[in-house]
Amino acid sequence: MSYTINQLSVFLENKEGRLDSVLKTLGAGDVNIVALSLADSSEYGMLRMIVSEPEKGVMVLKEAGYMAMLTEVIALRVPHAAGSLSKAMHAIMETGVNIEYMYAFANGEDASAVLKCNDAEKAAEALRKSGFDLYEADEAYHKVVI
Amino acid sequence: MAKISLENWSEKIRDPEIECMSREEMKALQSEKLVKQVKNVYENVAFYRKKMDEAGVKPEDIRSIDDIGKLPFTTKEDLRENYPFGLLAVPQSKIARVQGTSGTTGKLTLASYTEKDVDVWGECVARALTMAGLTEEDKLHVCYGYGLFTGGMGLDLGARALGCMSIPMSSGNTQRQLMCMEDFGATAFACTPSYAMYLAEAAKEAGVVERLQLKAGINGAEPWTDEMRHQIEDTLNVNCFDIYGLCEITGPGVACDCIHHKGLHVYEDHFFPEVLNPVDHTPCAEGETGELVFTTLSKEGMPLIRYRTKDLTSIEYGKCECGRTLPRIQKFTGRTDDMKVIRGVNVFPTQVEAALLSIGEGVAPHYMMVVDRENNLDVLTVMVEVDEKYFSDEIRKLEALKKKIELALKQALGVAVKVKLCEPKSIQRSEGKAKRVIDNRNL
Repeated sequence: MSYTINQLSVFLENKEGRLDSVLKTLGAGDVNIVALSLADSSEYGMLRMIVSEPEKGVMVLKEAGYMAMLTEVIALRVPHAAGSLSKAMHAIMETGVNIEYMYAFANGEDASAVLKCNDAEKAAEALRKSGFDLYEADEAYHKVVI
Repeated sequence: MAKISLENWSEKIRDPEIECMSREEMKALQSEKLVKQVKNVYENVAFYRKKMDEAGVKPEDIRSIDDIGKLPFTTKEDLRENYPFGLLAVPQSKIARVQGTSGTTGKLTLASYTEKDVDVWGECVARALTMAGLTEEDKLHVCYGYGLFTGGMGLDLGARALGCMSIPMSSGNTQRQLMCMEDFGATAFACTPSYAMYLAEAAKEAGVVERLQLKAGINGAEPWTDEMRHQIEDTLNVNCFDIYGLCEITGPGVACDCIHHKGLHVYEDHFFPEVLNPVDHTPCAEGETGELVFTTLSKEGMPLIRYRTKDLTSIEYGKCECGRTLPRIQKFTGRTDDMKVIRGVNVFPTQVEAALLSIGEGVAPHYMMVVDRENNLDVLTVMVEVDEKYFSDEIRKLEALKKKIELALKQALGVAVKVKLCEPKSIQRSEGKAKRVIDNRNL
């Protein structure tokens, strides 16, 4: 069972309406967004999303002329308890894996965190060994609430 | 058909007598033609008579090609002032056709050709096509524009002189170009390098490259680099050749490069080249860069004496490996008027292109230079498209790529450059001459 999932990443030039237009394109393609983060530099932005159908998302965006790609990430369920995320980070740190970026949100009983690591498999294994619950692909694409 | 490697190339020369002539014989031929031409323009064109009288030069003073330095220059401004037919050496009834270029400053530059001028033009292009490996068996897909612009007509005349099939597509509508290329079985295509690049990308995307029968591209009319040529050659599996010309002299077919790509062979039996120091107009040494100046030795309609092209190049006279003795002008560093002076440094779009391609790393050669003036300081921004295979969703990696490009550009240009990474295909593709520079400084 694989615990790494596909994140949809899109390069956005800082131009009026680009984000809106990406979201519209995904909507029109019937691709639902379950989690989203927008990172920015002064000149461009990077939109990262967990969506219902990542492959289809890449396809519809490329057809519309966007630079889109899939990135391997892990989605972690973080219990609503002080120190939970810290424990997870510690487990990853001990394996020597680096976290490139992360975004998280709390909603309901648990919180969820999406992590991009330089070795997703290894990080997933370490987290599972430390008792953390990871979302599987199907579950993540439809249920992650962030 | 496909790209042919240098080892397997068999050189064809259309007119060996002229193209492989010894320097002494060529000088004798040029001298004879120049003496006649100078007498002709002095007697038949008021403009030249006046200019020569002012300079104190009589036709008798010109006894050989070595005397050419005594003659006054002709400039684009002279052409404008004598627009449209003031420089004719024959009555207008002898003019078979006119061609022109749209100047950016309003009036166009018009050139007039007699029937013989048109034949010479076709013959020169046929020499170039032969140099590119074409024979009467070939089919030449011409996607240069037809009309006043010399590109389409020039290649068409060349195909006619060579006896091969011409497919007069003109420019635009890329999908239709590709469809016709495939359906008619074109073996060669002619267009600007920037459009060739665009066509190559489109062909690759449409997956038709394998079904095309192309072996050669004849691509000129704007400066381009060897790196860009390699990219077009590799994408379309063809050999590309650089053809040069300007409508005042004849249009494409003034010079063309051979498979050795060691410069463009000038058809100097018709167009006598000089390379002069742009400041004091003294002749440059062989290999030294200066402004290219042409004298049309055979022209009847609108002969030009020492016409300043504003193109910067150098010239070499050594015999080429292809067997030709025609001198070779180097690929252009730029035009004196494309050059941008940024914080006192001369910058040419071709330098930016070469630097971008030298980085590799998937930085596609689609770029746009934007020059602004902020707080009285020139700021050069180069917008660069990022290739798909090197795209990363990590900002750290994109920033590293950006820094790398900035460094390479700074080293190549000698001036600090701001790089802006752009989405693929977001920079406008040109179907004619590529526009590479936007200058917002209102100088």
